[in-house]
Amino acid sequence: MNDVGEATQVVTRDAQPSVPVEVQSRRRKGGLGRYLLTRFLLIFPTILILMTVVFFLMRITGDPITAALGGRLTPDQLAQRVHEAGYDRPIIVQYLEYLGNVLTGDFGTTFSDNRPVLTVLTTYGSATAELVGYAILVALSLGIPLGMLAAYRRDKWQDAVLRVLAILGYATPVFFIGLLLKLIFSVTLGWLPVAGRISTAGEVKMGTIANPSPFYLLDAIRLGDVELILDVVSHAVLPAVALGLLTGGIFLRLVRTNLIGTLEQQYIESARSRGVAETRLVRKHALRPALIPVITVMGMQIAMMLGGAVLTETTFEWKGLGFMLAQYMSSRDYVAVQGIVMMLAVIVAVSNFVVDVVAALIDPRVRY
Amino acid sequence: MTDIPVIVHTPDETWWQRLPVVADVRRSVGLQRGMLITGLVLSGILLVTAIFAPLLAPFSWAQTADAAGSFGTQQAPSSRNLLGTTVSGFDVLSRVIWGTRTAVAVIIAAVIASLFLGVLLGLVSGYIGGWLDRILVMLADAIYAFPSLLLAIVMSIVISGGQSSAWGGILSAAISITVVFIPQYFRVIRAETIRLKAEPFVEAAKVVGAPHWRIMFRHIFRNATRTLPLIFTLNASEAILTLAGLGFIGFGIEPTSAAEWGYDLNRSMADVTSGMWWTAVFPGLAIVLSVLGITLVGESMNDLNDPRLRTRRATGRRKKEVSA
Repeated sequence: MNDVGEATQVVTRDAQPSVPVEVQSRRRKGGLGRYLLTRFLLIFPTILILMTVVFFLMRITGDPITAALGGRLTPDQLAQRVHEAGYDRPIIVQYLEYLGNVLTGDFGTTFSDNRPVLTVLTTYGSATAELVGYAILVALSLGIPLGMLAAYRRDKWQDAVLRVLAILGYATPVFFIGLLLKLIFSVTLGWLPVAGRISTAGEVKMGTIANPSPFYLLDAIRLGDVELILDVVSHAVLPAVALGLLTGGIFLRLVRTNLIGTLEQQYIESARSRGVAETRLVRKHALRPALIPVITVMGMQIAMMLGGAVLTETTFEWKGLGFMLAQYMSSRDYVAVQGIVMMLAVIVAVSNFVVDVVAALIDPRVRY
Repeated sequence: MTDIPVIVHTPDETWWQRLPVVADVRRSVGLQRGMLITGLVLSGILLVTAIFAPLLAPFSWAQTADAAGSFGTQQAPSSRNLLGTTVSGFDVLSRVIWGTRTAVAVIIAAVIASLFLGVLLGLVSGYIGGWLDRILVMLADAIYAFPSLLLAIVMSIVISGGQSSAWGGILSAAISITVVFIPQYFRVIRAETIRLKAEPFVEAAKVVGAPHWRIMFRHIFRNATRTLPLIFTLNASEAILTLAGLGFIGFGIEPTSAAEWGYDLNRSMADVTSGMWWTAVFPGLAIVLSVLGITLVGESMNDLNDPRLRTRRATGRRKKEVSA
């Protein structure tokens, strides 16, 4: 994992093509099967480290009950509540108990609205997944073609404009893009709704469905109601674009640098001399090897997108994990915060693994 | 990238011409030079505004009235409040100007702290190796893979309990950001240290009997720091974004203790819905221009120090250095 992580980092930070590094490091480790196994087993220490770090960090400041209710109860009442919940026991005991509970799927109960954290996670997690899904779609459909164009028209004006736009996309915080989009498309032009996932009327309709799936769009399509589909889609457009633009810019830069790297390879030159058309050269010969680092980086991007989702959801009142996280934080409900942060850590670890597997499967140099 | 000149230090270059940024400007051409200079100008404006904020800002960051009476809340830009007033009746222009101070303070604190700790850990980890190295690498990887904003949120809960005074807020934002950045410096310095450890001059120093700390800080450290200006710029821009992000979700600095752009954007959300653009657009633009300036500098330096040119000069070494 270190080696792949290192290579990934180089690609994100410095945007350099670094495929050979990965290949080299994997060759040392042995076959694909062994690589996948070690990679899979490394998920667990990663999650454990994060759980430990977050647990102890959150406890340095004190117990969750004092944090949530301190000042509202008398010291005696507070001490009693703390004692009942077991927060006055040695921290190691609490830590082990917490680990045990998490293993059995018990992330605790929230203070502010007294719900099991797991329920909160499943209810709002789907909304976040939906948003991130749309955003990745936006990012890929912008980043890849534009990155191809920039690489092919390298150092021409198209390249210059696109690169500046990509840097602007990185420099603009996702919530500022969100606010600007709102200002233009919702408030001034009135084309799209200001916030939320669905209109009130749509929500009523959605309630009629027999066994609702976690995804609004899926349900809307199942109902076959065109108006409802449009309702759901129109609510999703601005958040998805806001979140997608950020990652789209990064994809653009990645595709550009990597494609420039592959376009300089000798096999491209030899294909060109055989009379292969330029468009085919870019699309068939050069693009595929250039996309491998993009897939690897997507893993890192999922982590970044989840961070961005917290901000996007707050901007658009999209009731997902990030929106709830901000809510729970303002009510100082640290059990819920810890649960949501943990959940996101697991998602990041697992998605990094999946992305590494996909990259290993796509790259033919790993299969031998 | 054949059109980029290879870095050649001629003997008659003075010392200042060899400084990182100056040398980069000197060897850049065309669009590249434009990007670099734009970046330098924007970063310069940020710095100058931060230094001279008391002279530039018409009012204090938390002032709601002047000699002629109260500003009024959510007033459109006028000759009195050039960029309008916020929902709390603060002058937007003043808050944007004072905000540069907060941003620069956080950048300086965060980057210095993470530089120091990350470089130290990277040197020790790479030089000593063994189980210490393995544990540190694993920790750094775990932290690196985690969404940095979430980590910063957890850290700011730890440090300030979520609400804070001016310096408390700046420090907690800086420390949160530091924790996120340490792994980056750590990885780069560690990789360089491992590469340099195998170099003949280190062997020679060992043979001569130089103590470990001397080898670490004199022989290796001096040689391992050439990539640092680049990470520095990347982190400085990320520090502004993280600070703004923390402020936006309500974990920032209280409006009465310092001006912070993320907080202002958070308060402007409701204004946007009712069509008031000035409370959101100006602090937002301040963030964009600051990040843009620093990023442009970093980006141009990255392109100018293209690794493919370096590979040609130090054949075969580059790959090991990255994968180590």
